[in-house]
Amino acid sequence: MKKFFNVRVLRGFISIVIFVVLWQFVVLVKIPYLENLPYPKEVAVDGINAVGSKTYWFDWGISLSRIFIGFIAAQLIGIPLGLAMGISRVFKGFTFPVFEMLRPIPPIAWIPLAILFWPTRELSIYFLVFIGAFFIIVINVLQGVSNISVSLKWAASSLGARPKDIFWKIMVPGSLPSIVTGMTVGMGVTWNVLIAAEMIAGQGGLGRMTWEAYTNHNIPFIVVGMVSIGVAGYLCSTLIRWLSEKAMPWKKRF
Amino acid sequence: MATIKQKTQGAISIRNVTKIYDPEGVHVVAMQDCSFEIAAGEFAVIVGPSGCGKTTLLNAIAGFDNITSGEIYLDGELISSPQKQIKPAADRMVVFQNGALFPWKTVIENIIYGPVVQGRMKRSEAIEIAREMMNRVGLNEIEDKYPEELSSGIQRRVEILRALINHPKVVMLDEPFRGLDTVAKTVMHEFLMDIFCAAPRTMFFITHDLDEAIFLGNKVVIMTTRPAQIKKIVHVDLPWPREHHLLGSEKYLELKKEVLEAVHEEARKAFEAGEREMA
Amino acid sequence: MASSNGGGVLSSGNFGEVRVETVTKVYEKEDKCQTVLQDCSLYVNRGKLTVLMGPSGCGKTVLVNLIAGYEKPTSGHIYIDDVPVTGPGPDRLVVFQETALFPWMTVYSNVIFGCRVQGLNKGELKERAELILRKVGLYEFRDKYPSQLSGGMQRRAELARAMINDPKIMILDEPFRGLDAMTRQLMQEFYVALFEEVGRTNFFITHEIDEAIFLADRLVIMTFQPGKVKTEIEVDLPRPRDFRMLALPRFMEIREQAIELLYEEAAKAFAAGSKTAYDLVGALVARKGICKRTK
Repeated sequence: MKKFFNVRVLRGFISIVIFVVLWQFVVLVKIPYLENLPYPKEVAVDGINAVGSKTYWFDWGISLSRIFIGFIAAQLIGIPLGLAMGISRVFKGFTFPVFEMLRPIPPIAWIPLAILFWPTRELSIYFLVFIGAFFIIVINVLQGVSNISVSLKWAASSLGARPKDIFWKIMVPGSLPSIVTGMTVGMGVTWNVLIAAEMIAGQGGLGRMTWEAYTNHNIPFIVVGMVSIGVAGYLCSTLIRWLSEKAMPWKKRF
Repeated sequence: MATIKQKTQGAISIRNVTKIYDPEGVHVVAMQDCSFEIAAGEFAVIVGPSGCGKTTLLNAIAGFDNITSGEIYLDGELISSPQKQIKPAADRMVVFQNGALFPWKTVIENIIYGPVVQGRMKRSEAIEIAREMMNRVGLNEIEDKYPEELSSGIQRRVEILRALINHPKVVMLDEPFRGLDTVAKTVMHEFLMDIFCAAPRTMFFITHDLDEAIFLGNKVVIMTTRPAQIKKIVHVDLPWPREHHLLGSEKYLELKKEVLEAVHEEARKAFEAGEREMA
Repeated sequence: MASSNGGGVLSSGNFGEVRVETVTKVYEKEDKCQTVLQDCSLYVNRGKLTVLMGPSGCGKTVLVNLIAGYEKPTSGHIYIDDVPVTGPGPDRLVVFQETALFPWMTVYSNVIFGCRVQGLNKGELKERAELILRKVGLYEFRDKYPSQLSGGMQRRAELARAMINDPKIMILDEPFRGLDAMTRQLMQEFYVALFEEVGRTNFFITHEIDEAIFLADRLVIMTFQPGKVKTEIEVDLPRPRDFRMLALPRFMEIREQAIELLYEEAAKAFAAGSKTAYDLVGALVARKGICKRTK
């Protein structure tokens, strides 16, 4: 066991070292088209400075708050909507066509309209994040409801469950795995949307920060920005994963 | 009592075979010091609780996996030991449970695959021989069909033909008729019986169906739970060729009772062991 | 396995009988009509284990769904103790082919589900649940999730979930399908012992002949589509049933009889173009066949 652990970690470590060395080499030797890349060392220095500065963490806070507000709003509206559509064919008949018409529009395409129609920039950004997560969660919840095996519903009926029992004790827990999938995928998409929105129209936030590094010709800091965004996204996904494990204890690998 | 034409090839000798899976990790002793013999041309049926024992032997003889200690001989030649493991080849063919016909080939293409790919026969020769085999068992109408167009019963029979065309010394069948309903199974048994009587070769047949075991076999080898050993070997001295009316005879019922008791005992043990593992 | 923990009240003894009267079920898909059951009449005796067998596609599962109340017949009636069936209910509980345990609940929660939705509170249920769980040998596993149990254990949990509600009738639709042969045999023994102890009306569907004969008081064989009852065979083997009975002459006799009947239906299925029945072509030709036996 110990041996196994060391070999795996060693391999990973070596690959990262090789990556950094190659990067240094590429810039040093001025490979065409890549000569403007910053040196690894410059990025590291800028990174360390950033971590020590207040404005950097302020930008983190702004981006995270935008993500949470938009994302949570999407879940609060999307999950009940998806459940309703999954359970009532009539309701689905009325709502699904409009939903399907709007769904293919990529969230980023909503940016101009969002800026025009919402009274404040912040609201338009929350709206865009919302759009990013909304369609995904609804479609996943719908899928989840239809995936619930009919024999589970039948068994519940036979055992004496009434419609409200079936809803709360069968439909909701039964759709949880799909809800979690919807949240996981949605979280990835919202980061995409947020960064684009911040670059184009935002004030503050990691996306804005990265864009300003570009306009200020502070190339190493662009990379710092990118890495920061990656880390932030990763942390959010990890949070979702942790929450899902808590919510679905029966899905653990035993 | 009618006997079958004696064969001279395909005698298997299993001596003190032990198999441990993942010796440095979980250390599962699947088989411990197992020994028995299968004579050339004998139809040996292996029964016993689910676990690694029966498959271990099949894998070792076929050449898919090795053994931890002991030896396995085929016609006096060492084919498996901790140091030596023979590679899979056409002299020891395997028919699996889940069907391994090539879905993109027709029935006849499937059957001739072995000899043609090994370069032992020309295509036209192989096709002729395949047609003859299929004719003999009444399957000639389906030669140009694809596996998915056919029922599982027919697919199994095609697979068996595909194995047999290679004239193997040993044919190993791992629960080949599992999942078929009773009527389909009786059809399969007659098919296998016909083929075996016409050209006997050593059969290593794994099953859970005890009626099937006694009906088809010369001997029934009953294995214990893990670590697998030989619990009992029951010699089935019913007359050949086996016919279905035998199933009601006194001799048959006696044999069935014997096998039932032994297998049931081991099944219980395996079950209780399994429960303990889960808790 | 369950020890004969005897004692305690597992049931009130109020068991039902099922009367299926000339039931027809037709499915309409696009413009095609499929008549799965045609004028099917059947009687499931009170306190007996009736086993239903038949070729694939003969409508056994449809019949289960109709008796359970999940679907309605196109014509005909089904009565439980002279009361017509209008929908599902706790007087007829079903154990399906695939497990219908709720994966997000523990074994214990699953087992008490029926009682809970019917209004009993947890405290009242505790003793009864414990008794049933011990009976099926799952008391130590009561806090596990279904995914942590083996196939055999899942089936036993479903039996417990049904039994705790003391239904008039238990319906089991190929419940041991998919279990490996050894577990299956042991489950059959376990189940039949349970039946013999309680004496509830059981309606059991299977396509395994040995299983059917081992369990049944009466064997009902259905025809190929459109399904109706072809024959009924009284299985007069002694109770309590024991695995050794598989080697009795009477057992083999009944087996032969049943196989002949099933063969007949399979031949009809073949004539109708059923893929699975194509096997018979091979068999029939081979029987007349050219295979030589050597002496």
